[in-house]
Amino acid sequence: MARIQLDRLAHAYVANPGKPEDYALRRLDHVWEDGGAYALLGPSGCGKTTLLNIISGLLQPSEGRVLFDGRDVTALPPQQRNIAQVFQFPVIYDTMSVYDNLAFPLRNRKVPEATVRRRVQEVAEMLELSAVLHRPGRGLGAEGKQLISLGRGLVREDVAAILFDEPLTVIDPHLKWRLRGKLKEIHERLRPTMVYVTHDQTEALTFAEKVVVMYEGRVVQVGTPQELFENPAHTFVGYFIGSPGMNLLPVRVDGGAAVVDGQRIPLDPDTAAAGGRHPGRLELGIRPEFLQLGRAQTPDAVPVRITAVEDLGTAMLVTVTLGSHTLRVKLPEGGEVPAAEGWLSFPVRWTKLYADGQLIGQGGRHG
Amino acid sequence: MDKPVNQKAWLLVLPVVVTVAFSAVIPLMTVVNYSVQDIFDPQTRYFVGTEWFQMVLENDRIWAALGRQLLFSLAVLLIQIPLGIGIALTMPKRGPWVSVCLILLALPLLVPWNVVGTIWQIFARPDIGLAGRLINELGFSYNYTRDPLDAWLTVLVMDVWHWTSLVVLLCYAGLQAIPDAFYQAARIDGASRFAVFRYIELPKLKGVLLIAVLLRFMDSFMIYAEPFVLTGGGPGSSTTFLSQLLTTMAVGQFDLGPAAAFSLIYFLIILLFSYVFYQAMANLGKAEK
Amino acid sequence: MSLQLEGISKVVGKETWIDDISLELAPGSFNVLLGLTLAGKTTLMRLMAGLDRPDRGRILQNGRDVTDVPVRKRNVAMVYQQFINYPSMTVYANIASPLRIAGLPKKEIDRRVREEAERLHIAHLLDRLPGELSGGQQQRTAMARALVRDADLLLLDEPLVNLDYKLREELRAEMREIFARRRSVVVYATTDPTEALALGGRTAVLQAGRLIQYGPTLEVYHRPATEHVGYVFGEPPMNIVPGRLEGDILLGGTTRLPAPAHFRQLPAGSYRFGIRPNHLSITRRSSAELAVPAEVVVPEVNGSETYIHVRHHGVDWVIEQTGVHLLPIGSEIAMYLDPERLFAFDTDGRLVAAPTPLRAAVRSGGA
Repeated sequence: MARIQLDRLAHAYVANPGKPEDYALRRLDHVWEDGGAYALLGPSGCGKTTLLNIISGLLQPSEGRVLFDGRDVTALPPQQRNIAQVFQFPVIYDTMSVYDNLAFPLRNRKVPEATVRRRVQEVAEMLELSAVLHRPGRGLGAEGKQLISLGRGLVREDVAAILFDEPLTVIDPHLKWRLRGKLKEIHERLRPTMVYVTHDQTEALTFAEKVVVMYEGRVVQVGTPQELFENPAHTFVGYFIGSPGMNLLPVRVDGGAAVVDGQRIPLDPDTAAAGGRHPGRLELGIRPEFLQLGRAQTPDAVPVRITAVEDLGTAMLVTVTLGSHTLRVKLPEGGEVPAAEGWLSFPVRWTKLYADGQLIGQGGRHG
Repeated sequence: MDKPVNQKAWLLVLPVVVTVAFSAVIPLMTVVNYSVQDIFDPQTRYFVGTEWFQMVLENDRIWAALGRQLLFSLAVLLIQIPLGIGIALTMPKRGPWVSVCLILLALPLLVPWNVVGTIWQIFARPDIGLAGRLINELGFSYNYTRDPLDAWLTVLVMDVWHWTSLVVLLCYAGLQAIPDAFYQAARIDGASRFAVFRYIELPKLKGVLLIAVLLRFMDSFMIYAEPFVLTGGGPGSSTTFLSQLLTTMAVGQFDLGPAAAFSLIYFLIILLFSYVFYQAMANLGKAEK
Repeated sequence: MSLQLEGISKVVGKETWIDDISLELAPGSFNVLLGLTLAGKTTLMRLMAGLDRPDRGRILQNGRDVTDVPVRKRNVAMVYQQFINYPSMTVYANIASPLRIAGLPKKEIDRRVREEAERLHIAHLLDRLPGELSGGQQQRTAMARALVRDADLLLLDEPLVNLDYKLREELRAEMREIFARRRSVVVYATTDPTEALALGGRTAVLQAGRLIQYGPTLEVYHRPATEHVGYVFGEPPMNIVPGRLEGDILLGGTTRLPAPAHFRQLPAGSYRFGIRPNHLSITRRSSAELAVPAEVVVPEVNGSETYIHVRHHGVDWVIEQTGVHLLPIGSEIAMYLDPERLFAFDTDGRLVAAPTPLRAAVRSGGA
């Protein structure tokens, strides 16, 4: 397994990139630690697949270097980089049995047959494929085929990293968690460096120890699932992670509070101070899970009108209006919801302030 | 999927039905009619039952032509299919050269078939033909009008020039349909170029190859214009294939009865081969599901 | 228009794809078809539309037998998983096409197209070609084209499944509004139970071509008629655990729990008990909760909550726990459950007892 470093990496598909928009991947420096489980999360077109292909060697970056354990591999093709990749839809060799599929990468590298047999059996046992080892590969379902793809990566003992390009796309939705669990188990047992590309936050957050959120070719935030949830560094992360995403209100800061439509929402001292210093566009952000809605007025609560209630089984999603703005509140199952009007509290700890999209004050890097 | 029946559709199909009836069905029935009659002239005919069929099946010349025909078709397949696949593999998949290659490949297919024969007839002439003269200059004695082997080789080369493009185009389309991810995975697995061909490309070309083999076999089995123009069936009868023999009997000798019987047998052979191929293709389709 | 299916069956080759389904859909109703892949949702929708003919049974629209009427003559619109638009026509022309075929006057067509485009937030894209649009925008175009006809029957076959997670969420939130105040019967197929709950209306659950349950969505959720409905209607799926009832509840042969009130009239014997993952916890939340020992298989952190997969006497359970809990694999924990939250299914999988839902005074929006 290897430590992968990206040094001043950037990529443009056009020949002479001039403006930032010409770049599919803007300048980034990043280190993927040995044995870590990472997710590259972002909407379609954000550059995550481009980045994955650069790491695997299927694509040569137009600028910068890729280093494996300090060694510059930028010019090396995939087969010399010791990486394995699982693609969006299952790629197996139709004419071969499951055994031969798993043995293929080893046989291509002229590994002695006895070693091949041992490795294939080990990996098959880990992936619970031992029973179907001698069946034709094409006879398996989508999940089985993706496991074979994964297996072809695991058989090679010198594999530096395993890369996944939205591998659950073809798996039945109610079976996705099984394959997710299996990937996590493999990671716990063998600790390979794993990089997982997806647009699905559940997949990213459940799989990764650290998530790299990307948007329009840039890395917006890197953090653990908890950090991304509790402390989004950018309004995009607040929006993209969480179901539904973070509520955002345009506000101005006055004294120790944020003011919107005449209502005062308390902020913690650091945040308020940072807000006071910033001239740009200020937004207040708070996740629907952290808002508190009640029938009775509490100190610092703001009056709101209830416009819609959705019962989602495990939670209640309430849409409220604060002045001219709409907010969504997520309450636990069976929670009490006022009929028409209520009082909304913003716990200071979870109330964030963003200036021009960036987090400031408590938790933020700026201000 | 069963759609509700719509009677109006028959009206739309009627013109085609009439055309096909006149150009194919009625003439076919006429042939069947002739095959059981002895015809001296349009007014004098006698019913002879299966006599012509028996005669055809005992005719040495017909069996010899059948042998030559099968040998020819086999040679065609053995050369054109691998060659076609090979050329398709080397063709560029993207970029400006794609159109150029496709046009160059299409050109031989567009030449009228008797013109193909004429081109090669002149090209291979040992006295004034570019190729014929050159081969003789290089020390080989080459004359397709005298030597049966030379005639065979010339006919084969002509057919390869004419029809390999078809196999190439079919295989090329088949290769284009293979998703990139397969090639990427093979690179990562460290597969050699040959392994990629054997384990990815060839299996995925199965359907296309079956069509190519079917088309080439049928066409070569019925070949007429090109060899007729090139060699006239000679020297002697060394390049007289089935359709030429049939034409000689029917038009040259005016043996309409035996010719009709012969053509029906010819038709049935081709039908049999087509059916076998169709079943193979259907089974392939089912296996892929 | 009301739609009635009477004893519909469809057999293809040797397989029964639809098995004796009878269903009555009220005018203006929103109906969700929920089921796993290959349950028969698409087949049933094709039969409703008239694209296929049933082998047995009748289909009635407004009491009129339309079983033999071809789809062109029925007033039906359909939206597919793959965003299907006419590639060479602009968005405007795409949306207008059914109206043009119907021969409406130009002014009327223009008004309706712009109205529908406005409702689906694509009014600014009317001059573009579908190829220039993002996936979400293409699907909105396809939906606008289906909606503009104001057809009697509107069928949507997993329309959001090919969209990015966040786009799916956004479009889903708009769905309720889009379908409100229409007189069409809407049938929406999905495998995602969260979608069914978010959209409301009524839900029909299909399994292997059979209709298992049909009713208001929340009712089907809280009182699943069979084990399969309980399993399918939850994300993560409901935990189903075999056990016995002998005065007390016996799980795995050793764990004893007192039977709840709603089990009292059940005879002793073997049962399959069900409990939703969010009703389990690793901390005791109330005095009614009792501990069940279990071994951690793998924890999955999903930002705001953790899915903890555990094993108890060879049976796998999933706990949905708020907060981030990185429990080590293989550790022994106590799982807390309140028997009042248990479902009981007989050995054939049929519901025999269900807990009362935790619902306070709730005004449900858009049932």
